[in-house]
Amino acid sequence: MRNVFVKSLIKESERDKDLILLTGDLGFQTFEEFAQKYPKQFYNLGNAEANMVGVAAGLALAGKKIFVYSIASFMTMRCYEQIRNDVCQPNLNVKFIGVGGGFSYGNQGFSHNTIEDLAIMRVLPNMVVLCPADKIEAKLAIQEAFKWSGPVYLRLGKAGQKKIYSRQPKFEIGQGLLVNKGKDITLVSIGNIIEDVLEIAERLKKQDLSVRVISMPCLKPFNSKIVLKAAKETKAIFTIEEHSLIGGLGSCLAETLLETDYSNILFKRFAIPDRYCPEIGSQSYLRQINGLSIEKIIKDILKKIRRRYNRI
Amino acid sequence: MTGDNKKIIGYQNLAKKIRRLILEIAFKTQTHHLGSSFSIVDLLTVLYFRTLKINPKKPKDIYRDRLVLSKGHSCLALYITLAKRGFFSEKELLKNYAKDGGKLGLHPDKGSLPGIEVSTGSLGHGLSVGVGLSLAAKINKLSYKTFVIIGDGECNEGSIWEAAIFASQQKLDNMVVILDYNHLQGFGRTEEVINLEPLVGKWQAFGWSVKQIDGHNFKEIIEAFEQIPFKKNKPNIIIANTIKGKGVSFLEDKLESHYKKINQGELRIALKELK
Repeated sequence: MRNVFVKSLIKESERDKDLILLTGDLGFQTFEEFAQKYPKQFYNLGNAEANMVGVAAGLALAGKKIFVYSIASFMTMRCYEQIRNDVCQPNLNVKFIGVGGGFSYGNQGFSHNTIEDLAIMRVLPNMVVLCPADKIEAKLAIQEAFKWSGPVYLRLGKAGQKKIYSRQPKFEIGQGLLVNKGKDITLVSIGNIIEDVLEIAERLKKQDLSVRVISMPCLKPFNSKIVLKAAKETKAIFTIEEHSLIGGLGSCLAETLLETDYSNILFKRFAIPDRYCPEIGSQSYLRQINGLSIEKIIKDILKKIRRRYNRI
Repeated sequence: MTGDNKKIIGYQNLAKKIRRLILEIAFKTQTHHLGSSFSIVDLLTVLYFRTLKINPKKPKDIYRDRLVLSKGHSCLALYITLAKRGFFSEKELLKNYAKDGGKLGLHPDKGSLPGIEVSTGSLGHGLSVGVGLSLAAKINKLSYKTFVIIGDGECNEGSIWEAAIFASQQKLDNMVVILDYNHLQGFGRTEEVINLEPLVGKWQAFGWSVKQIDGHNFKEIIEAFEQIPFKKNKPNIIIANTIKGKGVSFLEDKLESHYKKINQGELRIALKELK
């Protein structure tokens, strides 16, 4: 997804000379072409994220359109107050690109893995939160970010191998995407865990369940319409995300549902438990030990359905 | 009397008026930060009535000089100076300051009233934003200058030094930092909390062109601003030696002048001293 971002940025920068990319000393083998093509639109601010975001705000106040780039955990947490005070309150045109969201950085350790970003970015007024699932969603999300004049957080992860969309869907900020139709249960997913979610849907189909799959590349503003439709038309909703149980997609959906007539729908959140993971490992290993393995999710879903509807 | 001397007397009178109004409003609203506001009044007076290229009728003019009050807690001094300079009326100031439904808090928010360029209040933010504004001027080939007022206690923040090294890396000679060196921070003397000395040497080592002045001496203030840029390709810093609470005996160089709310008797004494 990172490469999709760079390509889009190179293309846009040709057209828009007010676009400026700031990086916190990251981008080796990524930003060389951009820096070479547009040296006046590229600044390496060094390992100083707080200053980087303040500088971004100053540039944006003077009419520039800023993309700030770092690893998701550094991008969101080191400089959180700068994001809040300097960018979100005055509603400035600054886009925050956080790479390696969730467990994408695998065995780099807990400092590099980011499981809190969606929650803390979502709570900021004026902030749009995007978390694409694959390269197609990433491209669409970036295109929308170019058009948006206020702050955006864009969490990028590694794109999986699986093809999610047979043709490019239409997307705009505030919209969820229907990936698979289904009428028994709904799986709602955010980010690159969609690959596993589609596998789960496939396997549940074999259990004679018609599974709807929704991808939510935009967490905020949240598209309640698509999930309420699912709540109306299917009998259960499960959220799956590579993010803390607190404050992410599952929380967002729970908040939405509880205030509607569908508050008693069968519902469960699959997310990372509220703890610092004591082990390191690959992304798939970390998913597995954090209750996000395909097998575990299927088992829990079936158990829930059996308990409520006495079937399967 | 030379023209400049006449002007200086004018600035002195204006600064006195601003200090009196600070006292009156702070008493009426029972708000604090008097000491921090008083130490920058003389600097603000010269900036807004002489140095800054601004037009209160065109507060968003792209060619205007920018002033960022990074030590946002001194904003009562800024609000009053902006009102005196015509950005908004004193009536509007009184209607909005520290009131339910008002727009002017004890720390300034951008977009509240004209002339307030950046939201500050949490220390260590304004300098980076100022660096961004200065960098934009360089990129856009605009001649405006960016002035950032920071506090000495604010220099405890790491982000100040992040901004400082980046500004010199980018050779931002179009930016001017004014360090209000009154030697008192929220809960102690700067020397006792975190000693900033050698302060001149520190900024020089970070690649800045440094000038030290008496921050209450109008002649020195004027001269310093007129010499900008001190050196080509180097960001400028004026270390203004100031006195917290300057002008009122029971506030001068007192730690409590940071949080003190004055009563009627104190107001009377203070106003008398500022006649």
